[in-house]
Amino acid sequence: MTNKVIHAIYNDDDVLMDAVKQTRAAHHHIEEVYTPFPVHGLDKAMGLAPTRIAIASFLYGLVGLSVATAMMRFIMIVDWPQDIGGKPSFSYIDNMPAFVPIMFEMTVFFAAHLMVITFYMRSKLWPFKKAENPDVRTTDDHFLMEVGVHGNEEDMVSFFKSTGAVEVKVIEKH
Amino acid sequence: MYTFSSKLKTFSLILMVLGIIGIGIGFVSVPNKEEVKEMMENAHGDHHGQANSHESHATHEVASGHHDTHQSEVNHKEEGHDAHLEHVLHQQQNKPWSAFYVACIFFMLLTVGVLAFYAIQQAAQAGWSPILFRVMEGITGYLLPGSVIFFVFLVLSGFHMNHLFVWMDETEVAKDHLLQAKSGYLNVPFFLIRAVVFLGGWNLYRYFSRRNSIAQDDATDVSFYKKNFKLAAAFLVFFIVSESIMSWDWIMSVDPHWYSTLFGWYVFASFFVSGITVIALITLYLKSKGYLEQVNTSHIHDLAKFMFGISIFWTYLWFSQFMLIWYSDIPEEVTYFVFRIENYKLPFFGMLVMNFVFPVLILINTDFKRLSWIITMAGIVILFGHYIDFYNMIMPATVGDQWFIGWAELGSIAFFLGLFIFVVFTTLTKASLFAKGNPLMEESKHFHY
Repeated sequence: MTNKVIHAIYNDDDVLMDAVKQTRAAHHHIEEVYTPFPVHGLDKAMGLAPTRIAIASFLYGLVGLSVATAMMRFIMIVDWPQDIGGKPSFSYIDNMPAFVPIMFEMTVFFAAHLMVITFYMRSKLWPFKKAENPDVRTTDDHFLMEVGVHGNEEDMVSFFKSTGAVEVKVIEKH
Repeated sequence: MYTFSSKLKTFSLILMVLGIIGIGIGFVSVPNKEEVKEMMENAHGDHHGQANSHESHATHEVASGHHDTHQSEVNHKEEGHDAHLEHVLHQQQNKPWSAFYVACIFFMLLTVGVLAFYAIQQAAQAGWSPILFRVMEGITGYLLPGSVIFFVFLVLSGFHMNHLFVWMDETEVAKDHLLQAKSGYLNVPFFLIRAVVFLGGWNLYRYFSRRNSIAQDDATDVSFYKKNFKLAAAFLVFFIVSESIMSWDWIMSVDPHWYSTLFGWYVFASFFVSGITVIALITLYLKSKGYLEQVNTSHIHDLAKFMFGISIFWTYLWFSQFMLIWYSDIPEEVTYFVFRIENYKLPFFGMLVMNFVFPVLILINTDFKRLSWIITMAGIVILFGHYIDFYNMIMPATVGDQWFIGWAELGSIAFFLGLFIFVVFTTLTKASLFAKGNPLMEESKHFHY
């Protein structure tokens, strides 16, 4: 079974934005858009769901705070409560101001790094990963919209020509 | 053009009248020497009542039995008692004055915070905020009356009408080596001259920037805008120096034995975030009345981000000051916090919840930062939190453990809030709410985040 897609290539982000809106209005399903740089508002125009990475990061921060608190409570208060320069190690709250810098840094560390790793995993990015680039020009100065072909191929090609595409190609995708 | 709604006007007048009544009750109900004596004896009696049930106080009982047989010790005790009586009396007398002072400086500095924010927006040529400039100018309208009342208060203190600033009392200075050493800086004439320079400088900037801003509305070129840009840059330099010294003079000097290098920044963060919060609240009010149609949720979002960010900045400075002093535990510095934690536990840690924990958890969410009711709620908590912050800075030094939020405190807040509302909304009626001459206005109108 073959699966055909249309590659419509644009050379301007404003033209691309209009084309995306027209394509959505014409109820063609956009598989993917490749751009050399972030196009402001493209995700909204494509109707993509908002990212939840900030929520993930907040939760990772809470994990970091818990790790820092549990670690220092065990080491400094429970395991060996030494008198170090007169610091009160009777309970965690007694000596808390001294722990705050570490609690803060651990919160930031966990929030930042785990969020980045989450981003890599969700975007499927890692070293030696094979690049999924349909056309090398999209990393330089061209914009490419990939749309699945359903129904009349001729009509779709002429539709994308009319949206200002500099090039419209029909590709067999395996 | 904005018209001051008669409802709000009546509301502000009622607040002022209630406030004056509250302040009056505060001043009238200052106990005299006999009453303080009685109060203390009652407290003493309670103390003995408790002592019977507490074993730890048994030694105290023994001691009181002991000094009955030694006449000299009794005399000594009486002397100490008189000194204590005098001390508590002074604290009681300071209460209404301090309550007035805290509210007075809070509302005045809050407008200074707005003025600083305004100058920063001008100097940074921010594209989002020009649509709010007239709101900010309206708020800074309170600066002149606020600073006049404040200055009169300082002059009255200088004439020994109250006992807020210990170093103004010559008999105290004569006894105190440390105060003598500081008298080259802490003396009444120099203190008042500094106050005139700082208040004058801020008011002059406010006056000229407002005048230029209005003149720009009908101008054919951008010369007034350029003037305001230069003025803002110059003001910010003056401001940061004067702000630092102001915080030593008006706040730190109530505790003249204590000093902290971070203090100026700390005070700045406190009134800066309050000022931004007030901008947000008044913008939301005016928008809800239909006066600021072009202000959209993105503008509100930006203000909320500032409220959030500067709240954290305030906490950072609060903690840096607290932790450095707590950690090194040098007796001459640490008494400041020891006294506050022992006698002001709830306000001291309560403000941390109100100024940090609450805004951090509420305003971290992007969607929440666009909701009017969330901003209003968070804003009210932040403003109360920073009032308590100022309360914690002034009260422990002037009334000590005799603090209470009663008639004088609530009355002072009500009076200054009423006056603030009255002056600010009157100023807002004086010019169009839309600074149309500003070259960044078009960008600001379409600002979208």
